[in-house]
Parts: sequence; C-alpha cells; structure tokens
Amino acid sequence: MSDVVERTLSALPGLLGQHDPGTGPGGAGGPARVSATSRLGSLIRSITALTSKHEEEKLIQQELTSLKATVSAPTTTLKLMKECMVRLIYCEMLGYESSFGYIHAIKLAQQGNLLEKRVGYLAVSLFLHENHELLLLLVNTVVKDLQSTNLVEVCMALTVVSQIFPREMIPAVLPLIEDKLQHSKEIIRRKAVQALYKFYLIAPNQVQHIHDKFRKALCDRDAGVMAASLHIYLQMIKENSSGYKDLTGSFVTILKQVVGGKLSSDFNYHSVPAPWLQIQLLRILGLLGKDDPRTSELMYDVLDESLRRAEINHNITYAILFECVQTIYTIYPKSELLEKAAKCIGKFVLSPKINLKYLGLKALTYVIQQDPNLALQHQMTIIECLDHPDPIIKRETLELLYRITNGQNVIVIVQKMLDYLKESKEEYAIINLVAKVAELAEKYAPNNEWFIQTMNAVFSVGGDVVHPDIPNNFLRLLAEGFDDGKEDHQLRMYAVQSYLSLLGEEDALYPQKFLQVMSWVLGEYFSLVTDVDPEVILTKLHSLLKKTYVTSETKAWIMAAVTKIASHTSCSETVDKLIQEFSSSLDTCIRQYAFELKHLCEDKALMKNLLPFDASCNDMVVDASLSFLDGFVAEGLGRGAAPYKPHHQRQEEKLSQEKALNFEPYGLSFASSVSSSGVTGRQSPTGLSFGSDTSGNSAETGHKETNTLKLEGVRKLWGKEGYLPKKEKVGKENEPQTVSCGSLLAGQAGDPPVLRSDQGASLTEEDKEKQQLASTLFVGLGSSAGVSLMGKADTATQKFKRKSKINETQHSEEASDFKSSAASDFGPLLDTAPINTEDSEESTHTRSRKASLCSSDIVEDNLAFETPQSLKKSVLDDRLSDNRVSQSSLFADSNIEIFQPSPSAQCESASETLLVPSLPEELQELPHSEVLELHQSDALALYLCKAWTDDSLLLTVLISNKTTSALNAVNLVFEETEHFQILESPTHQFPVIEAQSLEHCQKCVRMNKICTQGILSGSVSYQSEMETRLEFSVTLSLMDFIRPMEMTTEDFGKLWLSLSNDVKQNIKMSSSQDSLSAALNTLQQKLKLHIVDIIGNEGILACQLLPSVPCLLHCRTHSGMLAVWFRSPCAALPDGLLYQCQKVMGES
Amino acid sequence: MIKFFLMVNKQGQTRLSRYYEHVEINKRTMLEAEVIKNCLSRSKDQCSFIEYKDFKLVYRQYAALFVVVGIDQTENEMAVYELIHNFVEVLDKYFSRVSELDIMFNLDRVHIILDEMVLNGCIVETNRNRILAPLFVLDKVAES
Repeated sequence: MSDVVERTLSALPGLLGQHDPGTGPGGAGGPARVSATSRLGSLIRSITALTSKHEEEKLIQQELTSLKATVSAPTTTLKLMKECMVRLIYCEMLGYESSFGYIHAIKLAQQGNLLEKRVGYLAVSLFLHENHELLLLLVNTVVKDLQSTNLVEVCMALTVVSQIFPREMIPAVLPLIEDKLQHSKEIIRRKAVQALYKFYLIAPNQVQHIHDKFRKALCDRDAGVMAASLHIYLQMIKENSSGYKDLTGSFVTILKQVVGGKLSSDFNYHSVPAPWLQIQLLRILGLLGKDDPRTSELMYDVLDESLRRAEINHNITYAILFECVQTIYTIYPKSELLEKAAKCIGKFVLSPKINLKYLGLKALTYVIQQDPNLALQHQMTIIECLDHPDPIIKRETLELLYRITNGQNVIVIVQKMLDYLKESKEEYAIINLVAKVAELAEKYAPNNEWFIQTMNAVFSVGGDVVHPDIPNNFLRLLAEGFDDGKEDHQLRMYAVQSYLSLLGEEDALYPQKFLQVMSWVLGEYFSLVTDVDPEVILTKLHSLLKKTYVTSETKAWIMAAVTKIASHTSCSETVDKLIQEFSSSLDTCIRQYAFELKHLCEDKALMKNLLPFDASCNDMVVDASLSFLDGFVAEGLGRGAAPYKPHHQRQEEKLSQEKALNFEPYGLSFASSVSSSGVTGRQSPTGLSFGSDTSGNSAETGHKETNTLKLEGVRKLWGKEGYLPKKEKVGKENEPQTVSCGSLLAGQAGDPPVLRSDQGASLTEEDKEKQQLASTLFVGLGSSAGVSLMGKADTATQKFKRKSKINETQHSEEASDFKSSAASDFGPLLDTAPINTEDSEESTHTRSRKASLCSSDIVEDNLAFETPQSLKKSVLDDRLSDNRVSQSSLFADSNIEIFQPSPSAQCESASETLLVPSLPEELQELPHSEVLELHQSDALALYLCKAWTDDSLLLTVLISNKTTSALNAVNLVFEETEHFQILESPTHQFPVIEAQSLEHCQKCVRMNKICTQGILSGSVSYQSEMETRLEFSVTLSLMDFIRPMEMTTEDFGKLWLSLSNDVKQNIKMSSSQDSLSAALNTLQQKLKLHIVDIIGNEGILACQLLPSVPCLLHCRTHSGMLAVWFRSPCAALPDGLLYQCQKVMGES
Repeated sequence: MIKFFLMVNKQGQTRLSRYYEHVEINKRTMLEAEVIKNCLSRSKDQCSFIEYKDFKLVYRQYAALFVVVGIDQTENEMAVYELIHNFVEVLDKYFSRVSELDIMFNLDRVHIILDEMVLNGCIVETNRNRILAPLFVLDKVAES
C-alpha cells in the first residue's frame, strides 16, 4: 500500500500546502482531544449535557438553522463545508432531516480536495437513497474522478458507485469501470469488481456481456479481488446454479488453498485464515452441490479438511463449522461427512456457551428433516432448551419441534407453542407461530374436539393479525369435508356447539376474524345442532350486531349468517326486530342487508331456493354474459343509446385521440374491467347477492377480497391420510403408545429396557417429568426415520402430493386417487414401526448398506478424476514452495483453465455414440432446434427438441424405452416456475411405451415473466420394479419466445406513441456491419425482428413476445455506434432484448 | 445480508448508524429505540442473537457501547458476531485504544472504515491492513 501513498503524493503536489489541524488521528494528542475543540465537538457535548428530548429538538433546530445559513453562504470554504457536512450527518443520525444540505454534499464531492471529497461522497451515500433525483447530479463528478490520475480519487468514486448509483446512468460509467479491471493496483481492481456487483444487483442485464471478466476476476492473482468476485458468483449461482457447475473445481481449489493457510498472514483473523472468505466459499459450494452427486463429489475432500482444520475453540471457527455443516447437509450426502457434521452439531448443542447452543439448535433445525435420529440423540437437551430462561432459545426450539411434528406428538408440541404464544407480545412472532400451529393442527389433528379447540385458540390468540389464509383454509376444510359424511357431520356439529358456548360467555371480546369464522359456521351449519332453538342463535347474533367493537365488515358476515338462519325458520321475532332496527341504520351496507332480508322474508320459497342448506361447495352457474339483460339492452339501443364499450377499448380510443403518454400498464385495465363485470353480475335482479359465503357486500367492494371465501389456491392440508388413520387409535388411549415409544427410544440409545428401569429408580421427579415429555415429543420419529430411509422414492411421492394440491381443483379426481394410494403406502409403515425395536434395527441396517453403496460409487468416481486432481496438486505445490512468486500466481487463470475437470465433456463423448432419434414428421417442417439429449439411464433415454411455431414455443419430449419389456404408466411432469407456463396441463402420461420404441409428447410453452434465460425443469417417472424418477431441465431463452411482428410504418407510429416503457442504449458496431442496413439485417436474421422501414440513417423494427406483447425498436447510426431505442408495454422486455442485441452485435 | 449497522450507547444515544436498505429518517429513530430497548433488556447469560420482526439482531457490548447489526435469515449469526469484533479491533488499531469519544468525534472516519468493510450489506473486506490503507492515505495527505 505504501506505493499507493507515494504515487498519490507525487501526483498531488498542490495539495501539500493544505493543512487541516481540526482532524487527523495519530497526531500527538490523539484524534479525540483535537477534534473535541471543533464545532462538532461542541455540538455533541451540548447535546450530551441535555436531559430531555424536547431540549434536544430545540438545540438541533437551532443548529440546523445556523448550518443552513453557513452552507448556503458563498464565502464558506470547502474546509468549513466539510465540517458542516459531518455535523449534518450527525443531525440526520439523530433523526432530524437536513435535506437542504444534500445538494451541498454533492458539491463538496465535486470540488473538495481528497478528504473533503471523501466526506462529500460519504454524506451523499448516507443522505440519498437509490432513487433520489439529486443523484443524477453526482454522475459527472464520478465520471471525472474515475478518469483521475490520482488513485485515491478513483477509489472514492468506485466506492460511491458500489454504494449508490442511478440505474439509468450505468452506461455512462460502465466502460470506465471495465477498464479498471485491468488496473495494476489490487485495490482498484477490487473496488471495480464491487462496483460491477452493485450493477449486477440493480441491473443484471446491463453487465451480462462481461461475464468472462468476472471469471478473470475470480482468477485474479490477488486474493482480495478474487474474494470480491465471489459476491457476484454467489448471487448468480443462487439464481441459476446449473450454469456454473464447471467452476466447482476452481472454488474447491481456492477453498483448499485458503484452508491450507496459503494466503498471506494479514488475512488471518485470530490465526484463522480468511474466515469470512471461507464461509462465502462454503455457501457457494452448497448451492452448486445441491441435488447433484457428481458436483458434490468434487467437494467432499475439502469439506472434510475444513471440518478438521476448524478445531481451535474460537467463535469464528464455530461460524465456519456451522456453515460447513449446512453445506454438508445441503449437498448430495456422504455418510462419513454426515457423521462428522452430526458430531459437530452435538458439540454445539451441548455447549454451555449460549451463543453456540443457539447455533447448534439452528443447525439441528436445518438438518432434522433429513435425519430425525439426530433429534432423538439430543432429546433431553431439546427438552431443557424448551424451558430455557432465554425466550430466543425457546423460540428456536419450537421451530425445531415444528419440523419434527407428526401425528403422535402433535398435541404436546402444539400445547408448547400455545404456551409460548400466550407469553409473547411481539406481533411478528405471533403471526409466525400462529400460522405454524394452524398448519400443524390441520395436518395432524388426532380428533375433532382437539382440532376445533386448537383452532379456537389460534383465532383468539392470533387476533386480527393472523394471515387471511388461516380462516379461509379452515372454513374451506369444514365446507368441503372428507369422504366420510359422518365424520364431517360430527366436526361441523362440534364447531357449532363450541361457538355457541363461546358466544354465550358474557363480556367476552373476540377478534374480528374469529367472529367472522363463527358467524359463517353458525349460518351454514346451525341446523346440525338439533337441541338448540334457532331463535337462541339469532338472539346471540343480534346482540353481536349491536356491539360497538364489531366492525362493519364483521357485521356483514353476521348479517349473512342471520339471513341463512332466517331462511330455515318459519318466522322469527328476532329477525323482525332486527329488520326494523337496521332498516334505518347509518351504515349503508347493513341497511342494504336489512332491506334484502326484509324482501326475502316476504317470499320464503325464493329464499329457500336462494340459500340451500350446505351448498357452499357446489358450483354456481353464473350467466357472465348477462344474457337475461339482452332485451333491456336492445330496448336501450332502439332508443338511440350508445353501444357499450369495454373499459380497455374506451381507454385505447381515448389514447389514440390524445396521443398522450400512457402511464398505466395495459394489464391493469383488463383486470379492472373484469372486476367491474363481476360487480354487475352481483347486482342481479334477485336482490340478494350470490350465496352465503360471498356475503354480497356489493356496496362495499373494498372489502370484497377479504370477505369472500377464497377457494382457489388455498392449500388443503388436513387430508384424509393425516386424519383418519389416527382416529382409530383414539379409543386405545395413550398408554400403549407411550410404552411402544419408550422401547423405541431405548432401542435408539442402544440398550433396551434394562437401562431405562435403572434410570427410572435414580431419577428425580423433575427428570422423570422431562423423560415423559421427551417420550411424548419424540414419539414417532423413529418410524419416520424408517420412512425416510426408503430414500428417493419417498421424497418423490411427497413432492407429487404437494403439487397435486395445487392442481386440486382441476384434477381433483386424479389427486384423490393418488392420495388413497399414498395412504395405503404409508399406512402400514406408520402403524408397525413404533412397535418393535427389530424394525429400527433393520432400518439402520439398510442404512449402512446404503452408505456403503454410496462410498463405492465415490471410489469409482475418484478413480476417474484422480489424474487431473493430482496433477493440479503437484503444480500447485510447486508454485507454493516458492514463497512470493507463488503468492501472485496462486489465482492465475491458467490454473483454472488448464486443469478444469470436465465431467460434462466426458459424458458428451459418451452420449455421442448413442443414436439420436429423429423427429416426428410434422415437426420437421417447422423451424426447430437439434434434438438434445436430456437424460440417459439404463432403461430410458430422454430427448428434447424445441420448435418455434408462429404462436408458441413447442417443446417435444421424446422418450425411448431401451429395455426389452414394455414400460407402463410413464408420467412426464414439468415443474411450475415463475417464468414459464405450460399451456394446457404440465403433465403428460404415456399409458405404455413398448420395448425398444420411441414415444413423444408436445407441450406449448409461454413465457410468463421475462428473463433472458431460464430453466424449465421436470421429471419423468415410471413404474418398473420400483418407482423411478428421472429429473431433467432445459434452458429456455427469451429468444425462443420472440417472433417478428409485421406492421406498417403508420401503425408503428401509432403504437410507438402509446407505449410508455422505453430504454435507450448505444451499441458498438463491428467493422463488418458498418452500414445501418447491415446491422439491421443482423438483427433480423439472428433475433427474428421484423424490419418495418428504413429511412436514411434511421430504421424501425418490430417484434412481439408471445402471445402478443409488442416491442418496437428505433435504430440510428452515428460514428460507429448503433443507437437503439426500445419501447414496449412491458418494462422488462426492452432490457431483455437489449441484452440479446448487444450479444448478436458483439458476435458478428 | 446485513440490513443495518448501529452503534448505540446504554443511554440509547446513537453513535453511528448505517442502513443498507432505505429506511425513512423518522422510522430510523423508532427502529433504533426499539433495537436498543431489546438489547438492554437482555442479560449477559442470554444469547447475543435476537429475533426481531422478520430479521435478526446480533449485538455485542463494549463498555457502555452496543454494536448492533441487523441481518436477514440467510446470514450466519456467529460470523456477524465476529465481524463486529473485527470492526472494533480495526477501530482500536486506528485510534490506538478506541473509546466512545473517538467514535463520536470522528464520525466521518468511522464511517469510512465501515464502508471499507461492509458494502451493500455484504462483508467485503476483513483484512485490517487493507481496510485502513485508504484512510491512512487520506490522513497523510491532510497532515502534510
């Protein structure tokens, strides 16, 4: 660094004369004493002396007034200005806005000498936020400083760019920053990489063309620059891990070197080499190795070494160990490592150091789903933590218990959670925990009474902060019921009884959401309870309506309930009284209800028809076209009324007339037109709006969302299989259960009953209690361990289950079929497992067998990779033996590029020998890609081909059966992603694929959310001896969905004006396309853009993103650059296209 | 990701605040008051990590001064806990035995040091020499 200083000094002889006595550490008296005499010092001292907030406010206001005068005075020197800035920073820190100073901060950054400039930049980065308009004024200064010969100024500019920079001005500085990547000083290169990281965060498309430079940074000879690039890689790998698998070897090598202490010692922290860098690398490895055995294998060694090296007892090594454990449990498992990681977790959990205990619990929570045995090992510790005086530890323990809940321990765990909830006051914690309780109750409820009571607790404790999904799910569950009618009946009846008794309590206040749930249930199912007079229920509801704390939204629910009850009683005094009372209510919504009720009561037959009993789940047929109004419309038109135009049409017309800027995205107008038609649909002549549950608050559209019972996309958790099987056990009471689980626990510990009884004698009361709690908490875990040992097949079915819930509405039949089969699969296991220890022994057996299998795999693969790895090692060792020189060449690119292990290359060459099938004939006509191989196994080969039709992207999946027997029920499933949508259904089933034959299926894909490249993954499963699942993924590019758009120049002009999102950018043209037409031809050929017109040195092009999102381009050439201007109704589309343009222009 | 970095003393007076996600000024003071209240309510034998709203607080106490860092769920609490110590060690080296006064009266310098270590909520530099190098250069220029 000293040479930086030298150079700076020689570059700035003019500054030498300036002396700043007010600051400067290391001076004789130390910084504090010198500064204390400054104005900042006196401000701070006077504030510290104050006693009240009021006095402080007065003082600061005075200070701000004087500062305002000083900063705007023209005579203020830069040195004084710097002082003022620090004082302003101080005032803002105390919470007093000083926006008058912002512009002066920018000025100071522009005009000041080094330290003043730095303070100016600092103030800017503290005062302004990302979208502040003043930020634009900083750009010029930054550009100037980036070009400065003074390295310190360059550093400052780079620092501020990586903190805060206007997104739209990135092109102005990007080339300058790219240049800095080659700078000779590490600090400049490092900061340049940090700036690019910032750009990647705020505008990833703008830096896509410099990805190879990131690679260079990763291989930089300086460790600091390399470390800076890891931030970018972590981010990119998070978004798309499959694109960076080839770098795994490099990351592993780097980590090896860091762990091995090959960095210079000033990177050490308490003699641990670069710990935060290690953590960063471990995170990256975790992401890369997830679900990928081949990549994971590359890192087993280094993970093992990291575990070994981090043996010193210091917090920072614990941090590394924690990360290591997480990585080991994230990547494809290796039994040896898992064992070591588990030991490590054990050490953490048992530690007397509280921070370490917390970390251990967190790690345990993370790994527990894969390895429930670990919870059994530490059960006593977990119990202790449950009663820990530190609520944070308690909460983390509950989180852990939540992950191991099953049908047998749910009652205890939910009770513990409710206990915690009653003590907790923090809103966020309540929302979070309440949601968990509700989820567990739905999933594992052992009986009706418990379920209803638990949900009552959820609603009363959760109050009105509970997530709206919870009441919606609950009501849906009640309404839809299960296959067993008797069971449904009982559940509903119990709910009604329970609510009646709750409402019977005097002066009890219930949260609004709870009241809404109660009134819906009472309205819907009151008649199930035969021993209560409906009149009693009506009275209760009536008195609720008069309570002031009940909001009008809740009143709407109550009124709906009253209406439903009234429809089933002949005549009721309460209803009459209620109608009379509320017909004059000031609340228009309630008044409307009262009138509706009055009219309905006059026509009981209609009312019964309108409000049938228990029909909340029946589909309603709604005449959305409002055809019954046709006569009325015809009459209106006959009298000369203007025909109706939908909202979006009206807006379009208005726009084309005004040619004004449209600030509304098009999607919105469509949505509002839909909802408006929905409202008209409700005000049907029948008077009362739809049914009970939509509660017809047509006058109150604002509440529409919250009031209605959402039926779509709501998860139904309390499925048959989680509910009924346990029901059978209820009769048997708890006793046999605890006994069986006791023996199970003992089996896990190693010694059967003997040990337990011994312990029993010497245990104190308290310990016994704990033991008992443990046995209730950890019951059933052993059996689920057995289940998870089944390995892949099990997780596959669970995944499918989750998906089937989402599609439930469409495929309810399929799903229920599947569920029942799943239940039969699971059923016997759950029942038998806890009974004898033999079972668990057997399961450990299979486990060890599995482990040995894995390890033999590893040996094989090690063999394959041995050569490149050992080569790499020897070269590295050579370099490292020679101290200084090796330091610099440690991360040289040659290192990575030459010795890249290339598993992908190997498998490519293997696949080439296999025959690639040809496409079906109808596809060969279309423009299509080559047939790609997705997956090869012994039995199946998967191929994929993209075909670009005019209106969609057609994915053809070819499945070839390589075996000699037919394969039955081959299922192809595409996973849902946010970016892509598979039209029709994302699944396809081949009932049978004959031996040695080829089947194909076609799917149309649309892009839902714009991205330049995205991954669509899916799986093929089939039934041979066992359920087998092959996963695959395809990369789809934005260009797969772009089609030319034909239009006239005139249309182009019209459309151009109506579009609001625009992006402008200059693209460098290569020498081969020096003319506009050549450049445009490139775009036409490579990007399928349609050239609308070329006039002089300007050209216009048009394309569309399927199905029909247009994007218009306006191009102009000047001095070797192509200025492109994009416009589109969709904000992300221009960015995506811009990137593609840059790419193709760069290529040619 | 690190969301904010605070130094607050026992009396609840903020000595340093840096936010890595935009927060309105008036909300900052409220947040800081709540954060310090949370930290003060905890005893020495309780753990140094607090779950607070949808993020976590990692805090460390030096004499009367608390350093509190707000992080999201992806961050490693212990690594941040040690980052705080590393930061304080750097300050100690720069100010040769740092005190609360040093931090109060050299607000700008403390910020410059922190900017070298944490950027956009990421830990970017932990090497003490490299953290202090730019500031030493500035000081030398100012001195001469």
